Order: sequence, then C-alpha cells, then structure tokens
Amino acid sequence: METPLLSVKSLTIGIRRSKSADTIIVDDLSFDIQRGERFGIVGESGSGKSLTLRAIADLLPKGVEVLSGSIRYNGAELIGMPTVQRRRLMGPEIAMIFQEPMTALNPVIRVGDQIAEGPRRYLGLSKKAAMALAIEMMAKTGIPDPARRARAYPHELSGGLRQRIMIAMALSCGPKLLLCDEPTTALDVTVQHQVLKVLEKLCDDSGAALAFVTHDLAVVNQTCTDLAVMYAGHIIESGKVKSVFHDPRHPYTKGLLDSAPDFDQPERDLVPIPGFPPNLAARTSGCPFAPRCVFAVEACTVAMPPTMEVAPGHNAACIESQHIFEGVTV
Amino acid sequence: MLHRLRFIPGRLIQSIPVAFGVTLIVFFMARLLPGNPALALLGQRATPESVAALSKQLGLNTPIWEQYFGFLGRIFQGNLGTSITYQQPVTSLLAQAIPVTMSLLGLALLFSLVISIPLAALAAFRPGGARDLGVRAFTLLGQGMPQFWLGIMLILLLAVGLRAFPVGGYGNSAGDHLYYLFLPALTLAITMCPTIIRSLRSSMIDVLESEYVGTAKSKGSYGAALFRGHVLRNAAIPTVSVIGVNLGFLVGGSLVIEKVFALPGLGSMMINAIFTRDFPTIQGVTLFVALFVVVVGILTDVVYTMLDPRVNFGAKEQS
Ligand SMILES: Nc1ncnc2c1ncn2[C@@H]1O[C@H](COP(=O)(O)OP(=O)(O)OP(=O)(O)O)[C@@H](O)[C@H]1O
Ligand SMILES: [Mg+2]
Repeated sequence: METPLLSVKSLTIGIRRSKSADTIIVDDLSFDIQRGERFGIVGESGSGKSLTLRAIADLLPKGVEVLSGSIRYNGAELIGMPTVQRRRLMGPEIAMIFQEPMTALNPVIRVGDQIAEGPRRYLGLSKKAAMALAIEMMAKTGIPDPARRARAYPHELSGGLRQRIMIAMALSCGPKLLLCDEPTTALDVTVQHQVLKVLEKLCDDSGAALAFVTHDLAVVNQTCTDLAVMYAGHIIESGKVKSVFHDPRHPYTKGLLDSAPDFDQPERDLVPIPGFPPNLAARTSGCPFAPRCVFAVEACTVAMPPTMEVAPGHNAACIESQHIFEGVTV
Repeated sequence: MLHRLRFIPGRLIQSIPVAFGVTLIVFFMARLLPGNPALALLGQRATPESVAALSKQLGLNTPIWEQYFGFLGRIFQGNLGTSITYQQPVTSLLAQAIPVTMSLLGLALLFSLVISIPLAALAAFRPGGARDLGVRAFTLLGQGMPQFWLGIMLILLLAVGLRAFPVGGYGNSAGDHLYYLFLPALTLAITMCPTIIRSLRSSMIDVLESEYVGTAKSKGSYGAALFRGHVLRNAAIPTVSVIGVNLGFLVGGSLVIEKVFALPGLGSMMINAIFTRDFPTIQGVTLFVALFVVVVGILTDVVYTMLDPRVNFGAKEQS
C-alpha cells in the first residue's frame, strides 16, 4: 500500500504545565488521509476539531502545543521540523481555509494582492503574472468581474465573495491537501451551498485531498467520502461516510445523528443528547461519553475503550457496541 | 484613495475659527502678563517719560481692542509686527527659526520610529519574555527622565566626555545642521519613544494573534516578510494618532531642548520673547505653533486614511 498523503498517529495536543499535569485537549488521535480523499471531521463544539487541523498547519494558538505523537505528510515527519522548512510546505503542499473570511483576510491589503502573495513566493512569478493567476483563480471560484474585484479590499466584498477569495487563495499554489475549518458556517444558507459546490469542483479538478471540519452532518454526507467523529478530544468512530451514517456503532454517533435533522426523513423527531460535554480539566480515565451514555456499564468508567474494527474499514471505540447495535438495523 | 481624501478642504475650513480663537487668546494672554514691555526694553533705570514715549511709539497706549484689530488686519497682510527686542519683522525672525525647529522635530520623529519599531517588535514577539521585560524597563526609564536632564546627560556623556558631538549651536551648512541637531533630536526621541513603543507593542500583539496573520502563515509567510507584509502596517494604524497627539507635546518639549542645546529655533525665540515681554514675537510664535498643531491633526488623518482603506472621514461627515 502506498504511503498515505497525511498520516496522524497518536497525536496529543494540550497545554504544557510546569507545576501540575498537562491539560490534554486532543488525546491520542490517529487517522490517515489518502491522496484525493475527502475526510470529514465532525463532533460538538470544543471536541478539538479546529486544534487538530491547526496542528497539521502549524497554526496552534499560543500556549497550546503538540505534546506527543506524529504527523507525517507524504512520509515526512512534520512534528519537530524547523519552522522555515515547515512553512515552505504551506501553500504548494498544504493550504487552509478558515471559518470567518472577514477576520482571515488582511483588512488593509487588496484581495488580489493577498491571493498573488503565495504564487509570487512559490511559483516564482512576476508581480504581473501572479496577479493574472490571482484573477484567473478568482474567475474559477465563480467571482464575477474578477479583474475589478481583485482591486477591492475585504470589507468591500460580501461574505460569500470573501470565502471564494479564501478558496482562490488556498488553491492558488496547487496544494495536495486542503484543510477546511467550517468554511461555510459563517455564510447564508444559499451562499453556503454555492461555496461548497465551488470548493468540491475545484478539489475535483486539482485532485486535492480535503480535511473538512464541520458541525453540519448534511454537509459531510454531501461532500465527504470518509469521516471521523470526535468527542472530547478522541475519535470515537470512523469509517466511510455511508457506513457510519447508516450503521453507527457508537452511542454518541447515534445520538448525533438522531439529534440532527434527517435529510431522508424530515418528519422524524429530533432527539437531543442529554447532559453536557465534559470538562477538559476534570478528565476521567474512562470513556469520556460514559456520563451521558444511557448504555454505560461499569467497565466504561474504568478505561478508555480501545478502537475496534466493527465492520471492514469502520472503527468504533465502544466496548458495548456489539450489545447495543447487534441485530438492530437503523 | 483620492475620494477618501476629500475631507481635507472641509477640515481646513473648520480650522479657521480655531485659528481665529487662537489669535484672540494669544493676544489677550500676552497683555495679561504683569509688567510693561517698554519698561522691560528700557531697563530698571528708565524714566517714566521715556517709558511713556516708547509705549506710544509701540502703540501700547491705544485702546486694547484697537491693538487687536490692528494686529488681526496685519496678519492678513502677512505682517506679524516688529519684534520689540530685535527691531526686526517677526515674520523674518520666524523664517529663520521655523526651519530649525521643524528639522529638529522631523529628525526626532525619525529617530523615535527607528528606535521604537524594532523594540516594539522585539517585545511583542514574545510578551512576558526577557526581551519584553527589557523593552518595558527602557520605556519606564525613558518616561521617568525629564527632557532637560536627559539632554544635559547626553551632552556630558557624548559631547563633553567623548567629544563625538557639539555641545550646542546650529552650525552653518546643511551637513553641519544635521550634526548639531543629532543630540537634541535624540533627546526628544528618547522621551517620545515610550508612548510609541507601548502603543505599537500592544497593537503588534493583537495583530500577531489575529486570524489574518494565521492566514499569512498558511500561505508560507514567515519572519521578516511576514512582519513587513502583514504586521507592521496593521499595527501602525492605531499608533498614527498617538504620534499625531504627541507631536503637539513634542513642540512643547522642543522649547526646553532648544534652550539646553542653544539652537536658534522657535523655542529659544519664544523663551527670549517671554523674558522681554516681546508681544509681537510671542504672538507670532504661538500662532505658528497653533497652526502647526492643526495641520498635524489633518496630516494624521491623511496618513490614517492612506494606511487603512476602511477609514473614510469624508463619509462620516456627510452622513
Ligand atoms: N488558545 C487556547 N487556549 C486554551 N485552550 C484552548 C485554546 N483554543 C482552544 N482551546 C480549548 O480546546 C478545546 C478544543 O478547541 P477546538 O477549537 O479545537 O474545538 P472545536 O472542536 O473546533 O469546536 P468548535 O466546533 O466550537 O469550533 C476547547 O475546549 C477549548 O477550550
Ligand atoms: Mg472549531
């Protein structure tokens, strides 16, 4: 089997403390992304999705760091790689799109120049050629009158246009891996759909793999091929989108699907998950979902359940999975 | 760009009443100082007759309103009167002094930027780190030192001790001027730096934590290119108005510093004029300084507009 494009192994992210135990936010995370794959990451607020993406892009906020584990891009270890070398990957190899295009664009630089910055640096283009490429990229993302819009400042554009600018910027150097952190959450529903379509099409054309963080299960269903469900810094279930959605094997995933509006059965009742997400500071040794889980048994609170293959390519971290889901078709 | 600078003519018109108010205040304040200028000019042993004669010659015994309107009328003709002590038109005295003071201020501003930008960047890069603490100690020190004291210390150290700079004076050629202005400009710069550094440091910290710097990093930008391209200009925006306000204070500071370094600028001219109650000169200098502050205010907004495309003062005034 060829090396995956991105391979995350036992990644642990947290806040290092000198006097007490480190605060662990993302715990022992492992997943692979193959070339051209579309990998969705879902989970509720605070489960560590953004930090996972930021760790890949070397953009962790101050104070938060990778405590242990490995991130390999194309076989090369990123953790511990010198900053200069790592930044050289950003743009031509890995690119990132953020949730809020208003704050992610520099307010005092024309959007065309912001797109042209990467190509000038990496593709060795002249100012003029880089601008031409920027305008071409803007046209590809469906921005009308791109030559004129390239001279605009971010505040002069709508949210949808700004996010298209971000997409044009991220794809301008032809990255192999595109990290998206809720790229459509800040947009109107109709615009969301258009932007998503543009993103999908451009990734298809360039063959870029996608790591796509979102709250929106419908978006995952539409956009992604593979999926990881995160809860309190753990991946508790992963596999093909179809397999996980139609046959969830972790009570949390099941709860998540039941609490979201169904695309196939709009009349079905929504069932919220009882309780609240756990407090990271008071991490317990057992399954983090156990306190909210109606199926929890004593063993659940003792140790973090191991990840088990419940079907080919479909993993879940629940010791009761078999009892709960066996013979139950959803 | 240009359409956003349309606020300038309006701002100039707005400053007319301000300038008018300044002439009024300046004129009457000077008259409220105790003592008679004719007496000051003639000295303690002057006879009452000679004082009266000189007062008449200077127009000091006509009604005060008449003196004011005469003064105002002459201003419009570009005539600020004749200096009582120097017996020369105030405008020609100003013409000699203004370039000195403006060069001093310009150089001081340049020095303070050259000192502040790297220090602020050093401090902002790792807030709370050793370098940050060092820079903060420097700002505290800079703020605690009185200007004249610092000036004297620099003279003792660099001019008297090392003989690297002149003790005072202005020299004769342009190169000379720069050489003579170096120490006084440095003195002013050091006392102005703390405010600029503090403002720049805190806005750089904000900018460094902003999402768009993250975006820039995700485009592979780092180090000096990141700083020049995505940090400096954004962080400079709030600092521009801080500098604008401080330039006004700097004029005040230059009064003392010019005296310490014996520079023939507005400050020395003003202080001599106050001691001799040379009203026309006091008025001329004050009027110029007031207009300078008004112009600096407008220039500040121009720079602000050029740095930040979101700013549109014109639109605010229209709506
Ligand atoms: N700068 C930071 N310092 C300390 N803790 C942080 C920081 N950023 C995030 N965290 C913590 O890390 C946890 C995970 O954050 P993260 O942003 O990855 O969540 P998320 O899954 O992306 O949530 P959301 O869906 O709300 O974006 C959160 O509980 C948060 O409290
Ligand atoms: Mg997030």
